[in-house]
Amino acid sequence: MFQRLRQMLIKEFLQVLRDKRARTLLFVPPMIQMLVFGYAATFEIRNVTTAIVDQDRSPESRELIARFTATPYFDVLARLEDPRELQGLIDRGEAILAVHVRPGFGQKLRKGETASVQVIADSTVSNTALIALGYIERIAGQFAADYQRDRMQRLRPLAIEQLPRVELERRPWFNEDLRSRWFFIPGVIGSLILVMVTTLTAFAVVREREVGTLEQIMVTPIRRGEFILGKTLPFFLIGLADAALIATVGTFWFGIPFRGQVWVLLLGVMLFLLSVLGVALLVSTVSATQQQAMVTTFFFIMPAITFSGFAFPITAMPQFLQWVSYANPLRYILVVLRGVYLKGVGLEILWPQMLSMAAIAFVLLTLSVFRFHKALD
Amino acid sequence: MRWHRLWAMARKEFIQIGRDSRSLMIVLVMPVVLVLLFGYGVSLDLKRTATCVFDREGSPQSRDLLARFASSEYFNVVKHVDGYPALTRALDTGACKLGVVVPHDFSRRLAAGGPVSLQAVVDATDDNTANLVFGYTEAVVRGFSAETQLDWLARQGERRPPVTVRIESRTWFNEDLESKSFIVPGVVAIVMAVIGTFLTSLTIAREWERGTMEQLISTPVTSLEVMLGKLVPYFVIGMVATAVCVAIGIGWFEVPFRGHWTTLFGSAALFLTVVLSIGFLFSVLAKTQLAASQFALVSTFLPSFLLSGFLFAIEQMPPVLRALTHLFPARYLVTILKAVFLKGTEAPALRFELAALGLFAIVLAALATRAFQKRLA
Repeated sequence: MFQRLRQMLIKEFLQVLRDKRARTLLFVPPMIQMLVFGYAATFEIRNVTTAIVDQDRSPESRELIARFTATPYFDVLARLEDPRELQGLIDRGEAILAVHVRPGFGQKLRKGETASVQVIADSTVSNTALIALGYIERIAGQFAADYQRDRMQRLRPLAIEQLPRVELERRPWFNEDLRSRWFFIPGVIGSLILVMVTTLTAFAVVREREVGTLEQIMVTPIRRGEFILGKTLPFFLIGLADAALIATVGTFWFGIPFRGQVWVLLLGVMLFLLSVLGVALLVSTVSATQQQAMVTTFFFIMPAITFSGFAFPITAMPQFLQWVSYANPLRYILVVLRGVYLKGVGLEILWPQMLSMAAIAFVLLTLSVFRFHKALD
Repeated sequence: MRWHRLWAMARKEFIQIGRDSRSLMIVLVMPVVLVLLFGYGVSLDLKRTATCVFDREGSPQSRDLLARFASSEYFNVVKHVDGYPALTRALDTGACKLGVVVPHDFSRRLAAGGPVSLQAVVDATDDNTANLVFGYTEAVVRGFSAETQLDWLARQGERRPPVTVRIESRTWFNEDLESKSFIVPGVVAIVMAVIGTFLTSLTIAREWERGTMEQLISTPVTSLEVMLGKLVPYFVIGMVATAVCVAIGIGWFEVPFRGHWTTLFGSAALFLTVVLSIGFLFSVLAKTQLAASQFALVSTFLPSFLLSGFLFAIEQMPPVLRALTHLFPARYLVTILKAVFLKGTEAPALRFELAALGLFAIVLAALATRAFQKRLA
């Protein structure tokens, strides 16, 4: 048995690695995707182009605006005299944000009234607007609190020390500097394995069928189990190699902290690979041509990535889709990857995810081996 | 060039697509699936954060503060813990995303005056969610703090309420800040990229791989007729798919459409020409369907996802990557689509983007024609 399996493996590896283009295909797309995700996928905001109209020109309005500009979030593009100019700036997309302080701002504050500032955001720019508005609220809130304190100081210098105040101590755990990159790169390992391994495996099996070599292989003494193992093992190993490559680049190039244990990660990736191979085999049993295989895997991959928590929180999705996501192996490996990388947790925390992946892998592999028999008959 | 020969080629292609149930599916179902997928799955809005509270005091004040979290629509208090180990565990397992810790001397220090700090421990693995959670937590704490101050001031005989600065924010173009509104225009671009490059590169690579391309060439059809005959059906399909996406976006997801239909479909036609040319070019250059589809994926699908400003703001990318986005036509299309949908911008204001798309269309079509003729020669 081992000898036949060995022959099958040699054949598969030859087929996958025979020419330069095929070899490039295995490692270059993952690298490109990794780099693009590392640099492009960010929800952080910096230097949002901002236009400012200060019609009040009081010390108060100047102080507030200075607080906005002192942060790295906003980049003042223009200081305008006429608020009507704002319209054009935002329409043309030159400014994403506009801050407009109307006359009387400082006076109202001095009288102890509520003063307002107008902020206009171009919300076609992804979620930059949402985040920027959050920062503005925070800066304005802090400004008001400080102003109130100063005012109290003048009115009742002795009492000020006793004014009660609750402050929020922000403790972001696991991703202390709130970097998008730390969130995305561990996830890329999962999504790339999913894309690479499903397509490669499904193609490898379907190609044999399409070209007609599948019958040739079946007339040899090889058994079905050996054939399936011979077809999947190379991609299992390639998947591991890709995972190792991405993990290495992520750790050493992007500086993502690795706080857990390597073997936990390895176990998770292996269970995930098994479930992905199950999907790929299942796809190959229902596809007659490579094009069909491609289309089918695409139909699986797109929802799997969208509803996994890879980029968008699962809790924000409609309830029905949240339930569906429990059947998605990517959902579990993402928890494992981020758990091992950022949280540094082990099996004592991640066992439910591991078990779920094992269960999914078992069901899918059993189903696909069963269907494979039928597909061959 | 003869029209009847071109027509015959195009008809052959239509028949081939129609016969292959899965190609038909990608053509008819995929646009619908993608729009629904992203419309429902892509949301960065925060809803009911799973919250743990650790009340180290248990006084009326601390309970009052925590009750505010319980009654807020942004938080869902799922657990009361009685120690840091339990809190850590809740965050490790992901049972809670936010832990609020009230210090043991909360009410005593509030009575004594001065600042008291409240700890907010947030699972910051997902930095975007963490930012939003901090924002909402701060709003609750600020509200509590302001009321406490008000009470205190009243006891001191001070009747004037503390000053506040109100931010009147207006988000233009997408007034409700709905993720859907900026997602749907982007989905249109993705659908076109998939149909244009993915499907085209596969069908043409298949002709090469099976040797039917040579058979076609031996008939009286000219190479230009073959190329156009191959591409025209996909162009028609792409335009129909675009119309379907737009219809769902407007009809189902109620995305506003404020611009002109001619600008929308004109730019769609230009972009389709670009992606069809790319798909054709790859299928000529790549030897196998696998290679062609992988190239297509990396060169058009991924950039229209990541580098187009569809999800991640281009302004926030590092300069090198920002410059690089100019090389991907999807960037111009997404800009145009967002402007046409949400801003209602007229064609003249988008002349730069339209010209860029036109230039890409001409250059890539010319490249594809040359590569095809060279391969045939």
